[in-house]
Amino acid sequence: MTGYLIKRLFEIIPTLFGITLLSFFIIHLAPGKPTDVLTEMNPKITPEARERLEKLYGLDKPVIQQYGIWLKRIVKLDFGESFSTDRRPVIEKIWDTKQPLLERRLFITFSINILSMVVIFLIAIPIGISSAVRQYSLYDKITTTIVFLGFAMPSFWLALLLMMLFGIHLDWLPISGLKSMNYESLSILGKIFDRAEHLILPVFISAFGGLAGLSRFMRSSMLEVVRQDYVTTARAKGLPENKVIYRHAFRNALLPIITLLGLSVPGLIGGSVIFENIFGIPGMGQLFFMSVMIRDYPLVMGILTIGAILTLLGNLMADIGYMIADPRIRTK
Amino acid sequence: MRKALYVIITFMAISYISGCKDNTETIVQKNLNEVSGQPAYGDALIVGSIGEPSILIPMLAGDSASHDVAGLIFNGLVKYDTDLSVIGDLAESWDISSDGLVITFHLKKGVKWADGVEFTAEDVMFGYQTIINEKTPTAYSEDYKQVKKAEVLDSYTFRVTYEKPFAPALTSWGSLVILPKHLLEGKDITKTDFGRNPAGLGPYKLNKWTSGQELILHSNKTYFEGRPYIDSYVYRFIPDPATMFLELQAGGVDMMGLTPIQYTKQTDTDFFRNNFQKYRYPVFSYTYLGFNLKHPWFKDKRVRQAIAHAIDKSEIVDVVLFGLGSPATGPYVPNTWPYNPNVKKYEYDLERSRELLKEAGWEDTDGNGIVDKDGNQFEFTIRTNMGNRLRMNTATIIQWKLEKIGIKVKIEAIEWSAFINEFIDKRRFQAVLLGWSIGIDPDQYNIWHSTKTKEKEFNFVSYNNPEIDDLLEKGRRTFDINERKKVYYRIHEILAEELPYIFLYVPDATQIVHSRFKGIKPSPIGIGYNLPKWYVPKKLQKHSLEQ
Repeated sequence: MTGYLIKRLFEIIPTLFGITLLSFFIIHLAPGKPTDVLTEMNPKITPEARERLEKLYGLDKPVIQQYGIWLKRIVKLDFGESFSTDRRPVIEKIWDTKQPLLERRLFITFSINILSMVVIFLIAIPIGISSAVRQYSLYDKITTTIVFLGFAMPSFWLALLLMMLFGIHLDWLPISGLKSMNYESLSILGKIFDRAEHLILPVFISAFGGLAGLSRFMRSSMLEVVRQDYVTTARAKGLPENKVIYRHAFRNALLPIITLLGLSVPGLIGGSVIFENIFGIPGMGQLFFMSVMIRDYPLVMGILTIGAILTLLGNLMADIGYMIADPRIRTK
Repeated sequence: MRKALYVIITFMAISYISGCKDNTETIVQKNLNEVSGQPAYGDALIVGSIGEPSILIPMLAGDSASHDVAGLIFNGLVKYDTDLSVIGDLAESWDISSDGLVITFHLKKGVKWADGVEFTAEDVMFGYQTIINEKTPTAYSEDYKQVKKAEVLDSYTFRVTYEKPFAPALTSWGSLVILPKHLLEGKDITKTDFGRNPAGLGPYKLNKWTSGQELILHSNKTYFEGRPYIDSYVYRFIPDPATMFLELQAGGVDMMGLTPIQYTKQTDTDFFRNNFQKYRYPVFSYTYLGFNLKHPWFKDKRVRQAIAHAIDKSEIVDVVLFGLGSPATGPYVPNTWPYNPNVKKYEYDLERSRELLKEAGWEDTDGNGIVDKDGNQFEFTIRTNMGNRLRMNTATIIQWKLEKIGIKVKIEAIEWSAFINEFIDKRRFQAVLLGWSIGIDPDQYNIWHSTKTKEKEFNFVSYNNPEIDDLLEKGRRTFDINERKKVYYRIHEILAEELPYIFLYVPDATQIVHSRFKGIKPSPIGIGYNLPKWYVPKKLQKHSLEQ
């Protein structure tokens, strides 16, 4: 098993290399340059000034050479400096060690995603099980409709509706941001409450869209398992239905879900871009959106690389989880 | 079950929202606009912004958010007055030599940087040397490269000498070039944290900047023009405009820019009338339909004039901008000094339009509804950038109008960078629908001069008129405003006659500010110019400042 794990770990390296190479070329192929914000449609700039700026950013070199320079730095875990006018190190923008943990972008995005993942699991698994147990019942149909509604509804639109309802008409929840204006003057308990209040809508929105996939998966996996011989045997033994479902069927039905857990990482990172922009949350998704808009190549690459590492780690963890849960894989 | 609950809530939300509008309107509220009071110190102004500033050193900044905030931290030697004339800011006065080559600034005495060190001519010199330094990544060095010699005569006197007289030079000594020498000398300006933690001498100073959330400025109690009334200025970043509008209603934002539909419709309720004040003033920009003058069809002035007669500009303003703008007749903003009110206007007249086309040889000979000449059907494409709804709508109206005179128009919207790199720079267009943001100074040399037609330069329509070239030269070499006025009146007249562009409209900026803020005086340069004089009467103050 350790041998298998080491092999998997080493497989990550060429994959990561491939991802960064492709990403680098794709973002450089996209029209536009980071210097555009300074030069585009500015009647005061001369072609010489434009060239000088491009040279300062190293954009006059061929793309392959630029990639080489980037790669040489990245193997030393140096993400380089941002191309936006502030020229701050990329890593400082993503993980600013001068800020408290709660204010670091990567941490914000990561923790909201973990929260919404927990919410998705807490809601989707029971829904999946109960609608499998009561297949084709009215309950099954209603929950199916609801989760698909969540899946199909544009999340930005639902977010705005909920903001209007809870933020303005009822005035129960804050509309955007991560904390209130008077946050600094609050007590510890008040601060926790303030943050929790701000998280309710974003977590709900990012979880709502993810319910459908997981609950349907859970349902079909459960349906498959309850038809197995050992479930019939358990029933024949005279076990109460509760025990049949939760002890025998549920555990086995959970196996494919573990894989899904690892595979959902990229979707969550992508979703962060949307909800962080709507709710004005200072996370990595918002940073990514802004960096793409101004073609800040080093920052885009930094976030993509971190995203890729998280995704690959997610896959690896899914494999490990699967191995722990399923003895058949372990012995292979 | 929980799931079902959520859905019920969602549906409630939808029905509640649609049913709720009337309730808010019937609530009788005191109209805040009628409450007045004495100027008082205190409170905070929360401004909503889509973008976050990137750097607070004016000469390095490119985006408008950075300039908005940096403009409150730094001042210049001169600034524009509300009537667009130039007045002193950090300069007490200035002399211009009779040949226009030497400008001598006499600085105000006793102005202090945030750390208490006095501001002197050395700081101006230092800023000037930084901006012309090859290593400084600035986009604004052009105006300063015209300087032949800069000298510090004494602590309060700064002199610049130019090779040729250069009228826009005076206003270039605004807030872009002033930097504290004692803090930055010998340092690489791109590597210090000064851009995120600047020390200025303007009405506000940076207190706290939380990335992605907000930037808090506190008033400069020793500001040389007097302590600003509003204690703190909070610049809140909310990337989504719809979210920002909701925050405005919930009290999380006091001031923001509105879209035309928000200005005319969504804020047309008692709630907004009682609690907010709206402002509109022309933006220094114009939207135009530009022709590729190298194209054989558009070379002919009569064709361009025919198209102008077929476009009803006031209709475009009413429909596209909801009336929030004014029809343009040339490259200047109406009611400013370079704007010539007596130029040729092309009233909407389809008959005249058809006549002009006929004169130019375009007639519908085959009866298919499209005019033709030498076997060519008059069909062309208007290209514009993607994502700008105002421009798309304008293009659609033009398409519909030109169909009436037998010209078939296709519209193509292209992503901005591709549009510039592949179509504008390579001259691959017949007509474009675009806009220019112009400075307050009327010098538009780079847009109209016949030498500015190379790739990446801005005369991409290839306009070439020797008289305009001479006038542009003359306009930037003359300081006397009355002389300049004559020059720009003539430029305006020629451009209106020749129509290298069809000038469509000048949009209005629309701002909304919470009504507890008093002392706002709208002017042609907007409302922000006298921000330090805005105040909230004591009884209306909302936020108290935690020091």
